[in-house]
Amino acid sequence: MTPPSLPPKPPKKQDRPLALVNARLVDPASNRDETGGVLVENGVIVATGAQVTRANVSQDAEIHDCHGRVLAPGLIDMRVQLREPGEEHKETIETGSVAAAAGGVTSMVCLPNTDPVIDDVAGIEFIARRAREVRRVKIYCYGALTQGLEGKDLVEMGLLADSGALGFTDGLYAVRDVQVMRRALTYARSFDALVIQHPEEPGLAAGGAMNNGELSTRLGIPGIPAYAEVMMIERDLHLVRGSGARYHVAHVSTAASVEAIRKAKQEGLRVTCDTAPPYFSLNESEIGDYRTFAKVSPPLRGEADRRAIAAGLADGVIDCIASDHAPHDVESKRVPFAQAEAGVIGLETLLPIALEPYHKGAMTLLAALRCLTSRPADILGLPQGRLAKGAPADMVLLDIDRPYRIDVAKFRSKSKNSPYDGRPVQGLVLKTFVDGRAVFALEGERA
Amino acid sequence: MIGSPNAANAFFPHRHLLGIEALSAAEIERLLDLADSYANLPKDDERARKLLRGRTVMNLFFETSTRTSTSFELAAKRLGADVIAMSVGTSSIKKGETLLDTAMTLNAMKPDVMVVRHNESGAVNLLSQKVDGSVINAGDGRHEHPTQALLDALTIRRRLGKLNGLLVAICGDILHSRVARSNIQLLTKMGAWVRVIAPLTLLPSNIDRMGVEVFTDMKKGLKDVDIVMMLRLQLERMQGAYVPSTREYFRFYGLDYAKLALAKPDALIMHPGPMNRGVEIDSEVADDINRSVIREQVEMGVAVRMACLDALTRNLTGNQ
Repeated sequence: MTPPSLPPKPPKKQDRPLALVNARLVDPASNRDETGGVLVENGVIVATGAQVTRANVSQDAEIHDCHGRVLAPGLIDMRVQLREPGEEHKETIETGSVAAAAGGVTSMVCLPNTDPVIDDVAGIEFIARRAREVRRVKIYCYGALTQGLEGKDLVEMGLLADSGALGFTDGLYAVRDVQVMRRALTYARSFDALVIQHPEEPGLAAGGAMNNGELSTRLGIPGIPAYAEVMMIERDLHLVRGSGARYHVAHVSTAASVEAIRKAKQEGLRVTCDTAPPYFSLNESEIGDYRTFAKVSPPLRGEADRRAIAAGLADGVIDCIASDHAPHDVESKRVPFAQAEAGVIGLETLLPIALEPYHKGAMTLLAALRCLTSRPADILGLPQGRLAKGAPADMVLLDIDRPYRIDVAKFRSKSKNSPYDGRPVQGLVLKTFVDGRAVFALEGERA
Repeated sequence: MIGSPNAANAFFPHRHLLGIEALSAAEIERLLDLADSYANLPKDDERARKLLRGRTVMNLFFETSTRTSTSFELAAKRLGADVIAMSVGTSSIKKGETLLDTAMTLNAMKPDVMVVRHNESGAVNLLSQKVDGSVINAGDGRHEHPTQALLDALTIRRRLGKLNGLLVAICGDILHSRVARSNIQLLTKMGAWVRVIAPLTLLPSNIDRMGVEVFTDMKKGLKDVDIVMMLRLQLERMQGAYVPSTREYFRFYGLDYAKLALAKPDALIMHPGPMNRGVEIDSEVADDINRSVIREQVEMGVAVRMACLDALTRNLTGNQ
């Protein structure tokens, strides 16, 4: 696969180098957690470590003292929906970019489930052009796996990959027809393209609106059995074994899925997966009295599954955390539960929720940030996501311990459908850099 | 000021009646006592007609219904209220108006009570959050149908004198039934023992967690029960194959005299209607005047709904 052409071209030569000094450098890719600085020239990291100090950088450098705060690679969010083109009343590439920068996300990959569907080169190029125009964070996209997301005919994977598609997926739909999925994986192997699956057996999910169990019985909401997820994963694993393709499972939510993926990895299959914050921070009881902001797909599960996802993150079977950002306007959520759209916004809560396992002592800071930086970068084949010489200077400055309550009213995202409003969290984004350019700075902060 | 709830009302300290789940046993008991007194009143009782004079009751049915909406209408009229019946399923929803827009529009006409039925679970709850008056759930999806459970309880109580300690079998399509869920809530709260009898495809997951005993064999399930409560096989909600045929269903889960013989000798037969004769219940059994209390259930429906309207409007300030 040729290198993706998608990120906007590096910015013009900068007048002055940028030196971020006196920081706690946390770089999961190199497993470093140390005091030091980062020197940036022309949007690229040219030096990192203890030797980058105020005294050691050239006179003309713009010096930024981090006051010992955490400087980490910018977050890479491998699953977002930006709703442009087609549903700009919910989100746009512009508003989504502003939200991403505020959330510390410097690269994000959007799903092809726009209107029109991104299943041709023109669609990929549209996203690239809009990203260049907005010029805030790096925006990539996946191509549809099948034309029109219809689950029948393959897209032009080679051409789309050449145009910058980082992978292929039918977005919110699983590919139902097993023969189509088999061909898709086999064909993708020719280009070593990544295939991403929404893991849910569609026949079992049809008509369902929440996890099947006691709560769905009490609420009278049709349920989706938890095993609908692992059934789809296990079906696909046979195809992955047969094809040798690179296969990524999106937003795993059940204990059985984690176990299936663990075994597949032990077997040596090229399988990776991610989960989203709701699946390790919330369970189905969040629905309470038909709260549609707690309606997501796959649905919130029981507490045992939530714990299994948290454990899967801690032991590394789950590679990444993606926000699964799914903006919806009020009218899509203020309807009876079964009719409400599934999904929650996540760009501005990704970091603090992903840091919860760290603050609870279940994960190290390096491990938690790895799920948000170098792991997704490696899966997607991106050079960023690390504080390394030669890497793009995509970075985030954090106050890792700062406690606060999530306030949805302050979100930059156009939609406000977050289940986390009012939640006490720790970990605040102070500043976000893309190619050495500050794209976000928290108001009223000296750093 | 019409519509503001009066928390001091100890008789029924709820603004809405959305389900049995939120009610205590004592509150249920009080509602049943009140309904019982209405059941004994002549239908033109003048004192009753003054209770809701000047109040507006709006029936808002997003799903077609004849018996429930008629029953509520009659109950409201006997209490002297002005009643408006809206069948929304046929008008604005088809024009793309959302549930809440419809509710807000009607709310602007200042009804004191809205009686709402909707085909989605939780829809009545959602609507109740956006209106000024009281809301009575007349059935939401598969969730609850509280007045049906209350009228069933009143029917049983008037016949057998109590609910506590009775053994009740609820048979049939539990999965799709809001009547079953409300009845399970009510009967277990009132100290009755509840069995559910159905093929497993018609039982929702973990139904035992609601405090019932599960039977798939109707003959075993009916043994020694005091009450046999049949449910309508909701043929219109059957997407896909839950049961292979009505013939097979009737053979194993239809109530006929042979199966009824296993219950207590004087066990009562109930059905919320409308019945599928020959599907879940044998026609003769349904019409057996010694055993079937199906007609009485309909009669008690009016009394129960009068009691609910009375109890809820006592919460409204400015009551005459």
